[in-house]
Amino acid sequence: MRDNPVLRVVTKITIPIILLFAMYVQFHGDYGPGGGFQAGVIFAAAFILYGLVFGTSAVRQVVSPGILRLLTALGLLLFAGVGILTMLLGSDYLDYNTLGQDPLHGQHLGIFLVELGVGITVAAVMITVFLAFAGRRD
Amino acid sequence: MEVLALYNYWVVIFLMMTGFYVVIASGNLVKKIIGINLFQASVFILYISMGKVSGGSAPILREAVQTYSNPLPHVLILTAIVVGVATTALGLALVVRIKEAYGTAEEDDIHRQDESL
Amino acid sequence: MIELINIVLLGLLVITAIAAIRLHDLFAVTIMFGIYSLLAATVFVVLDAVDVAFTEAAVGVGISTILMLATIGLVGRREKPPAHRPLLPLVVVAVTGAALVYGTFDMPPFAAPDAPVQQHVAPRYLEQSPHEIGIPNVVTAVLASYRGYDTLGELTVIFTAGVGVLALLGFRRRRSLVADSPEEEP
Repeated sequence: MRDNPVLRVVTKITIPIILLFAMYVQFHGDYGPGGGFQAGVIFAAAFILYGLVFGTSAVRQVVSPGILRLLTALGLLLFAGVGILTMLLGSDYLDYNTLGQDPLHGQHLGIFLVELGVGITVAAVMITVFLAFAGRRD
Repeated sequence: MEVLALYNYWVVIFLMMTGFYVVIASGNLVKKIIGINLFQASVFILYISMGKVSGGSAPILREAVQTYSNPLPHVLILTAIVVGVATTALGLALVVRIKEAYGTAEEDDIHRQDESL
Repeated sequence: MIELINIVLLGLLVITAIAAIRLHDLFAVTIMFGIYSLLAATVFVVLDAVDVAFTEAAVGVGISTILMLATIGLVGRREKPPAHRPLLPLVVVAVTGAALVYGTFDMPPFAAPDAPVQQHVAPRYLEQSPHEIGIPNVVTAVLASYRGYDTLGELTVIFTAGVGVLALLGFRRRRSLVADSPEEEP
């Protein structure tokens, strides 16, 4: 598909827009529909589009399997780590009230970190699964 | 008539049963997994339609709105959708490996090969 | 007006589901599934579930359809025509459907504001969320704060599925394909 000039050019134009939209959905999940899961999937969709048009080796050059393995675990570690952090600060597991100077700030920060962890892991897992399936017959 | 107010649920139950039928009546493994996904999607519609409040709006707090739809089914179904895609990915990976091991993805041929061992 | 939209969407869903049963070309069945997911996402929007519609459109139409297409590319596109008569599956499906319809007779009518599901916890979340959490999107507040454990479990399920797919398929296939060869390096 990389021989088709229309596909190539349109993909190169739309992929940054998709990535930007994914980050918008991630960070505005508090004020409108959105959040970690949707943002992670849209972020992965940009990479999948790149892989469909330019081939899986191109995606592997952009994001190597080692980085993907690391990111998969990093998001989950971030989520669980926020819980451990609140325990170290004196209250229950995943009680965000202690994270900021007052409960509302703490909740905002806690939700931000937790959704970030969710977005990272979901994006990494979706790209991993796509590379595993599409790279099977390379 | 209060029975007519339930026709929503009956149509959704019909959709669930078509998904269920695809799972148990097809021999191809990939089609079975597609059937499971159809079943799951219709179960989601059932739950979300139970959470709707007439005259309500989406559960995003705004100044001009009094009644909101119930946010709790939305949270549960969000989790369920993501878990569903995780199990679909794993199931399809298993089908790919089965095809490489047996040479076919049809249930009858796989059983025949297993019995003839 | 909303009822008309609802009826049209549910009718299209029924048509798509029946088409998915009758077709034997798996590529067409996958596209039918993609259309089904998109229609379901539209139904979710009509039912005020915007977060769920977003997720269903992204995950169901995007990721699931791509994975099924990739699998069909690896496994094969034609389904063998069924060898048995579908009598037993039809009976099972009819009995299950009848039992479920019998169960719906006890349910409150559609979208009733005084249904039992709208009491107890949901009004508490809607009323207390501005004071305790302070973000407008109640679904995110419930997902990340009130029911944070469930989201942690869900993230673990996603992580496990990723690990499982890596263990089954790996990132790259080795050229030698003996059935007893050791697992490829992921």
